[in-house]
Amino acid sequence: MTAVLYSDAIRERWRRPRHRGDLPGATGTAEDVNPLCGDRVRFAVQVNDGTVAAARFTGDSCAICTASADVTAELATGRPAAEAAKLGTEDVLEVLRADVRPTRMRCVTLPLSVLGMALAR
Amino acid sequence: MRLDETTRGDFPILERVVNGRRLVYLDSAASSQRPRTVIEAMTRYYERSHANVHRSIHTLGEEATELYELARDRVQRFIGAAAREEVVFTRGTTDGLGLVAETIGRTLRAGDEIIVTEVEHHSNLIPWQLVARDRGAQLKAVPVLADGSLDLQALDRLLSPRTRVVAFAHVSNVLGTIIPVAEIVRRARTAGALTVVDGAQAAPHLRLDMSALGCDFYVFSSHKMLGPTGIGVLYGRRAVLDSLEPGRGGSEMIKEVWIDHAQWNDLPWRFEPGTPPIAEAVGLTAAIEYLEKLGMDRVAEHEGALAARAVKGLGALPGVRVFGPPVGVPRGAVVAFAIEGLHPHDVAALLDAEGIAVRAGHHCAMPLMRCLGVVGTSRASFSVYSGPDEVDVLVDAVAGLRSKL
Repeated sequence: MTAVLYSDAIRERWRRPRHRGDLPGATGTAEDVNPLCGDRVRFAVQVNDGTVAAARFTGDSCAICTASADVTAELATGRPAAEAAKLGTEDVLEVLRADVRPTRMRCVTLPLSVLGMALAR
Repeated sequence: MRLDETTRGDFPILERVVNGRRLVYLDSAASSQRPRTVIEAMTRYYERSHANVHRSIHTLGEEATELYELARDRVQRFIGAAAREEVVFTRGTTDGLGLVAETIGRTLRAGDEIIVTEVEHHSNLIPWQLVARDRGAQLKAVPVLADGSLDLQALDRLLSPRTRVVAFAHVSNVLGTIIPVAEIVRRARTAGALTVVDGAQAAPHLRLDMSALGCDFYVFSSHKMLGPTGIGVLYGRRAVLDSLEPGRGGSEMIKEVWIDHAQWNDLPWRFEPGTPPIAEAVGLTAAIEYLEKLGMDRVAEHEGALAARAVKGLGALPGVRVFGPPVGVPRGAVVAFAIEGLHPHDVAALLDAEGIAVRAGHHCAMPLMRCLGVVGTSRASFSVYSGPDEVDVLVDAVAGLRSKL
């Protein structure tokens, strides 16, 4: 089957994100904006003994960006912080299984870079 | 015959099939398409007449110069300017507004005030922010009202003897509001301020008459009015242009040069340093001739009817919010809307899958987005080749969109 832009994974996570929300007791937070569309993503992480115990996101974003943020939070949780900070576009795309064009790639990468910023705090 | 029925065949790109559907191009406010006559005029120029302008003493140079200066005459007539010296070619609206801001900026002092509006495109906001920062001037904004119009009473309160510039759009690129230019110019002039009008969305849509508008500067792009990219027009009232030092230096804008000083060239070349966009000027001539043949009153009527049809059609759909002036109030050729629960970029991508091209996002008007309380909007816009059938295709597609994500 050829990949489509709005894959089932994107639609599912856009409708029912699993890691959206606030994180009381966060050890690091960060926020950034996509200048192309004005989308805003905020990440909060809780790192205990070098491991990401929890990650949550909030913000105004499109379906692709929201789905990417949800997957990013999921992939980060339970990993050593140093490893989570190295998560890349291909890790997220593997879960999303979508044909994301270059014009929308920033929607995928924004949550990853914000997570990195939150972990660096 | 409807305007789009007479023009459609002149635009080769409209024959394109996108994602298996006939292209429905509703993004003309970002950049219009161009008729065959424009493309052919530029090709002919490159194949037969190209050389550098003004100082090439040979046949091709003379032809190129003649064609370049002919474009100036065509623009002068098209916008109702009093003299050809008032028409300066730029690279586009952003370039023209930047040039005006830099040039006027040099005359500003600490404590001077610049008034803009909340509906401005970033291109008519950021240059003034830069100038204000450099000169210690104050930047103030006229608020936008709920019906998409400007609060002119607030303008009266903002105007003061310290006001040096009032910069504003003729037509909002998001709301489509037609701003009463002559009215604002009158008030600004009484306060002793210069007026700078961003005409990017008005030039393709309305009949322009500089003598009736009365503004000091009027700026627009060719590529939104059927012409090529890379060229724009800066109209400046002669008395004002004459009093200003050139903003940028180089060849063409000088008469005589010494190591430590120079004498500026006459208008309009004083403001055109470097080799100008010559082929683009030739294309712009063809675009203006095409529009003049249609008649700008007919163009405005056609595009206005399409916008009204879109406002009515989209506004009747549940969960769809349409921005800008209410039905019955004249507007530019743009209609911005938001669909509850859908992000504008997803709206644009889903419509593209059906061959429909619209703009989505903040439309380079982030302060206005904040006023509207949205991250962004989707925007359909129209040109001479757009038809009511295309508006209906859009409305039908939008009606079915919420079930797709």
